[in-house]
Amino acid sequence: MSGPKTLFEKIWESHLVDVAEDGTSLLYIDRHLVHEVTSPQAFEGLRASGRKVLRPEATLAVPDHNVPTTDRSRPIEDETSRIQVQTLEENCREFGVQLFGMRDRRQGIVHVIGPEQGFTLPGTTIVCGDSHTSTHGAFGALAFGIGTSEVEHVLATQTLIQKRPKTMRISVEGTLPFGVTAKDVILAIIGKIGTAGGTGYVVEYAGSVIRGLSMEGRMTVCNMSIEGGARAGLIAPDEKTWAYLKGRPMAPKGEDWEKAVAWWRTLVSDEGATYDAEVLLKAEEIEPQVTWGTSPQDVVGITGRVPDPKNAKDEAQRRAMERALDYMGLTPGMPVEEIVLDKVFLGSCTNGRIEDLRAAAKVIAGKKIAANVQAMVVPGSGLVRYQAEQEGLDKIFKDAGFEWREAGCSMCLGMNPDQLSPKERCASTSNRNFEGRQGRQGRTHLLSPEMAAAAAVTGKLTDVRKLVA
Amino acid sequence: MVPFTKLTGIAAPLPMINVDTDMIIPKQFLKTIKRTGLGKNLFDEMRYTQDGQEVPDFVLNQPKYRQAQILIAGENFGCGSSREHAPWALADFGIRCVIAPSFADIFHNNCFKNGILPIRLPQETIDALMAEAQNAPDPTFTVDLEQNLILRPTGNEPISFKIDPFNRECLLEGLDDIGLTMQKADKIQAFVAKQQAQAPWLYSAGAGA
Ligand code: SF4
Repeated sequence: MSGPKTLFEKIWESHLVDVAEDGTSLLYIDRHLVHEVTSPQAFEGLRASGRKVLRPEATLAVPDHNVPTTDRSRPIEDETSRIQVQTLEENCREFGVQLFGMRDRRQGIVHVIGPEQGFTLPGTTIVCGDSHTSTHGAFGALAFGIGTSEVEHVLATQTLIQKRPKTMRISVEGTLPFGVTAKDVILAIIGKIGTAGGTGYVVEYAGSVIRGLSMEGRMTVCNMSIEGGARAGLIAPDEKTWAYLKGRPMAPKGEDWEKAVAWWRTLVSDEGATYDAEVLLKAEEIEPQVTWGTSPQDVVGITGRVPDPKNAKDEAQRRAMERALDYMGLTPGMPVEEIVLDKVFLGSCTNGRIEDLRAAAKVIAGKKIAANVQAMVVPGSGLVRYQAEQEGLDKIFKDAGFEWREAGCSMCLGMNPDQLSPKERCASTSNRNFEGRQGRQGRTHLLSPEMAAAAAVTGKLTDVRKLVA
Repeated sequence: MVPFTKLTGIAAPLPMINVDTDMIIPKQFLKTIKRTGLGKNLFDEMRYTQDGQEVPDFVLNQPKYRQAQILIAGENFGCGSSREHAPWALADFGIRCVIAPSFADIFHNNCFKNGILPIRLPQETIDALMAEAQNAPDPTFTVDLEQNLILRPTGNEPISFKIDPFNRECLLEGLDDIGLTMQKADKIQAFVAKQQAQAPWLYSAGAGA
């Protein structure tokens, strides 16, 4: 196929090992990230069939979901969590896969450490048994989440059997208003297209706003592609991408680096390339966002009100809204800023990077958190934590009354002890507000790090623009 | 994998949209290192109260649907995480077919790897099947993958459905797709040789670098 191509098409076509008549494709996978929750059964499968890991050096493993965020010198208390983490360690040893163990300073959330190490590279195919693998698309990679059977398939063959997805371009044009961040952009996008809007598509984010975002901001946007239903979201790499990657431990070096950058420069969608769907957002229309319900599409501007099921588009939606409002303990029509909180969680693969911590620290510097909230910072990786400490951010957080934790997924999903109690309400910088996500009957409001910081200070959902001039 | 050819069983109606993987199998059950045993915790938070009592209203707790092998649900079923624990829990409970207007992509893939047939049908058809599953005294359906047909308890016109031919073949034959791919080892090797020449940095850098 010639003619103008999209970025996705370039990556896809350069990774085809085989295409069957019906279009079923065998796709080569360049990089594979592994964590403790979705891999044990895959390694077990390899063992049962006497297979090996085909390219251990293309695979990187880390425990992140189950690890405690408190004292790491002691073994994990919860037995099942401990077994899962140990199983990962044993599997990596047996199959020759590099592992950042729980006490390694490089340990962290799988989607934070990939980019941080330079393991994530433009133009590559990257998979992980985790839906937020879409994060790595920020580097112009085709990155998507897979199930455990597929993890086993990649370990054994370094390929995946795939159907070619459709393409969608989401352009965000204009200039973001003051106080509006990458997180608000992606929440607004999901609010617009819905949680199934991207199903079957690979999304390319484009437009002046996206180009203007830092690598961290781009990762935040791509991270939540899956919340919009898309398995993958990507952004054309540019100078910012090379600047971020240069000198990272697992990035190419010397002559290889020069060759790589020359190749990466070709990774743009050609003029005139067409997409199966196009969506356009105007930056000026986006305000700081929060979610009110139990689906990431349940977004509202911070100056807005909790919606009324009476205005639902159909019966199924009305039922879903009523269920969500009941679960969240909210009344239709109430101003969002009147929602009072119990907890604030700053972290996750969406917003646990250094820039996120800096942004939140800026809002809370010199202030104290409200008496009614308990707030915690869980850096995305040990290296993010270390860097924040070098910059004195930990002190700002601690002085304000935040807890300063060790790196991991933590209260994004509460597989470790960091969980909400029933009916507890949390402002969270993570990516999912599903029922029970952060703890049985826990209530989650998704928002940006800046908004989370503002919420911690006032004890309720708050327009951050009121706190920073 | 157990082949899927023809399934006759009770269909349980779950008229909810956006049923996410956290609902299907909450995180506390993801700590297992096995594929089996998750059926008792399928839909755990809707199915049981906090102290472990059954919620009588929940569909799989109702006598009529306790043995369900088919699930009929609303749009965007299986959204959320990539956890294959979701289809493992369904399969372990005994559900081998989910019928919905749409599915999330990763969940949809994961079903085929576990001998579960996900069937997409238009909303109006789902509405009709849902009503039959709710109202028929014996809501037994037959899903025939060889004929691509759903036979209904009411004896109404069978419903035909479409499934991707590769996935259908794998289900019918119970194929192990890793084995299939390994037969293409020479093609994979040829690809690697080509890529190594074009993009040597992918091989000089990486884990262990
Ligand atoms: S931080 Fe949350 S969303 Fe990200 S990988 Fe961990 S559990 Fe998943």
